[in-house]
Amino acid sequence: MGAKVNTAAAGTANWVDERTSIGSFVKYFARKLFPDHWSFMLGEIALYSFLVLILTGIFLTAFFVPSMDIVHYEGTFETMHGVEMSKAFESTLVTSFQVPGGMLIRQMHHWSALLFTAAIVTHMARVFFTGAFRKPREINWLVGFTLMIMSLAAGFTGYSLPDDVLSGNGLRIIDGVVKSIPIIGTYISYWLFGGEFPGEVLIPRMFTAHILLVPGLILGLVAVHLFLVFLHKHTQYPGGGRKDTNVVGLPLFPVYMAKAGGFFFVVFGVVAIVAGLFTINPVWNYGPYDPSPVSAGTQPDWYILFIDGALRLMPGWIANFPMEWVIGGYTLSMNVLIPAVILPGIFFGILAIYPWLEAAATGDRGEKHVLDRPRNVPVRTGIGVALISFYVVLVIEGSNDIVAMLFHLSLNDITKLNRILIFALPIISFLITRRICYGLQRKDRELVLHGHETGRIVRHEHGEYIEVHAPLSDQEVWLRVQHGDVAPIDIAPEFNARGVRRKGYRWDRFRQRLSAFYYEERVRPVTPEEYEESKHAHH
Amino acid sequence: MSTDEKQQSDAPTHVDGEWVDPGVPYHRPRRSDSDPKAAKRAERQVAALFGLSILGTIATLTVYFVQDQTEVVASIRLVNVLLGISLGFAMLGIGIGAIHWARTLMRDHEMVEERHPMRSSDEGRAGAIQNLKDGAEDSGLTTNRRTLLKGSLITAVAIAPLAVLVPQIGNMGGDWNVSKLRHTMWTKGTRLARDPDGAPIRAADVTIGSVFHVIPEGLVDLEHGKLEEKAKAVVILIRMDPRDLNIQPGREAWSFDGIIAYSKICTHVGCPVALYEQQTHHLLCPCHQSTFDVANGAKVIFGPAKRPLPQLPIAVDDDGYIVAQSDFHEPVGPSYWDRLKGTSTEPEPGTTTEGEA
Repeated sequence: MGAKVNTAAAGTANWVDERTSIGSFVKYFARKLFPDHWSFMLGEIALYSFLVLILTGIFLTAFFVPSMDIVHYEGTFETMHGVEMSKAFESTLVTSFQVPGGMLIRQMHHWSALLFTAAIVTHMARVFFTGAFRKPREINWLVGFTLMIMSLAAGFTGYSLPDDVLSGNGLRIIDGVVKSIPIIGTYISYWLFGGEFPGEVLIPRMFTAHILLVPGLILGLVAVHLFLVFLHKHTQYPGGGRKDTNVVGLPLFPVYMAKAGGFFFVVFGVVAIVAGLFTINPVWNYGPYDPSPVSAGTQPDWYILFIDGALRLMPGWIANFPMEWVIGGYTLSMNVLIPAVILPGIFFGILAIYPWLEAAATGDRGEKHVLDRPRNVPVRTGIGVALISFYVVLVIEGSNDIVAMLFHLSLNDITKLNRILIFALPIISFLITRRICYGLQRKDRELVLHGHETGRIVRHEHGEYIEVHAPLSDQEVWLRVQHGDVAPIDIAPEFNARGVRRKGYRWDRFRQRLSAFYYEERVRPVTPEEYEESKHAHH
Repeated sequence: MSTDEKQQSDAPTHVDGEWVDPGVPYHRPRRSDSDPKAAKRAERQVAALFGLSILGTIATLTVYFVQDQTEVVASIRLVNVLLGISLGFAMLGIGIGAIHWARTLMRDHEMVEERHPMRSSDEGRAGAIQNLKDGAEDSGLTTNRRTLLKGSLITAVAIAPLAVLVPQIGNMGGDWNVSKLRHTMWTKGTRLARDPDGAPIRAADVTIGSVFHVIPEGLVDLEHGKLEEKAKAVVILIRMDPRDLNIQPGREAWSFDGIIAYSKICTHVGCPVALYEQQTHHLLCPCHQSTFDVANGAKVIFGPAKRPLPQLPIAVDDDGYIVAQSDFHEPVGPSYWDRLKGTSTEPEPGTTTEGEA
């Protein structure tokens, strides 16, 4: 590096700074510290797969024709010769077979969409299980939650664009679900499709949503999400020197510039190789949309499977009781409304409000920057695993035909079993998970009090055999005792001294019950007194 | 394991009944921190990875210029694999190189920075409140005299979006004529034709046990709305042994010698009910596995659907072709709020419903 380069750089920096005062920003950002942990990469994967989506998406917009006009295919893919199809489907074939590299970019776009949604869900699970949604991050939890919903919207609108028979049947299902909405369902359907299904405007409308509205919202929300991460500074796992009042880590420049920047290229590269090697969504095998045919054993993209599974799970009749009701001549399709509207509403609703639910139970008003080890909040961890098990039952039900074929089982039996599991499994997994957490906490206590087993057996003079235990290091002890004890909250009595019932008692009573549910049964971390006692008992 | 303890074993683990944070663990230097040879080796590895990326980019461009994608599908598959792998290496080389650089040669000694509480300082808050008060004062909104101003402003802002949204939403639903959902192309005398070629079907060609995917004759020639009509009108035609068929009361004249026709659109959420199991006479929807019993008025025997598939009344015309006696007697496909409204006068079999729209 010559002095000339330095002078030029200084000159440019001066020019920019005098016009933007960027110097202060750089001073603030450049050496900002970030804690290190592999699980912090999950959100990065989501961000980088979104960048890959934008890059490959720009390529695809150059060739995709968002039109439902009917043409007869005359391209190079011979099995489709002369077939009637929309221009959208035709241009998808052209992009795949006649644009060099077009097939790869299409496949990369689809694979990174699957990765994007998967990374968001996994990232959300990490945030949930470590308690990273606690104060002051509740708003960012909601931003992230909205991003998750937006990723589903982005995925579904993109999945449907090629106008193939598989995604077309998916849209028809959406139409059926929308029509089940009381009073305005048929009008929402007409509003979406511009009249009767399938109409001629849906593909252009979804195209606009897919390339402008939804990604625009995602970009804006990502900016807010990252701004709040910078503002709050990243959470950190517990350990020596990590407090709620500090952040221990490595500086953004150069370490995370290199690591996180490099990781973008890793995600890009992995998506490229996967897209090169594994076929995804071969619409040329499915054929263009036609309302008549449908093939067996076809699934939507993974992130929609849970709703499809819920639709499959719900019986139209429970014994002799119909799940479609006619009230005063109006039809209420509970067999569609419950699985496709009410149930996802409740599921997502619980996720969205969870930080407030837990805050009400904890009664703690302080900022939390040191993460929880999942074992130390057994009820939360249990709830998380219960939600996941609920979701997994729906995903399995959504692929019940594949499961039936793979394991030679009866399709109907799988559905009947899942109708039980959808209620039973979340409860069972909650109880088991909570129990495992208590067990791990007891294990931690034992380690702190008695130390590591060394495998060294010693015989005393009087013939007694004991195993020698090695005491834990300061760091190891700290990790197992730093979280402290959280007790259920106390509330003021219902009646004051003069026997007047006070306001807000009901809400407090609810909070008290919730708090007892969370913290009544708990394993306390070892106290210094217990620690000293055990030391003396051993020596 | 050992270094940490050695560094800190003297410090007390707790003081006055409180645990003491042992502080950030001792930092162990890496090989490349102390050994210049190891550092040089790491540098060469990083450079080699960047070199791999350069080769990947060259390979990608080479494949792009050399490929000849006008050939068969197999060549496209090969081009796809080669492009994917070379592009992958072009990216992975940069990514892994940068990460390796960070891990071996950049700082790995953790630093500590204080956090500041999110809450603004008391002076900051007081200043904000004062500024808002001053602003409200300046605007005059805090005085009671301005109720008219406030009321009119709120009303104007509240209803102004309607000026944009009403035309926007109003134009998006086409003609909003939801009564179209009640009718299909089928009318008295429409021949049942094969899907997709549109050839009419003779009763004599329908053998026992066979199943036909059916569209109304004339559908393939429609200029407009072909898919919309097809989405409602598709029918599945099955011939059963008449002894196996339990004809539903009131529908004695709707089938012909064991030939029976049902709407192919599932009453659950509208997928085509395309799978017929000849032995059990069951129709299965592959989307959500609603199962309908063809022998018993297509009533639901399993799955999420509640209603039987609507039956299309059929007859045989003088030339031996199967024809519809009328439209369906109920809306086809998934349920909706007012599907039972406006269909109070159910047409008798044999009468037509055309001309109603």
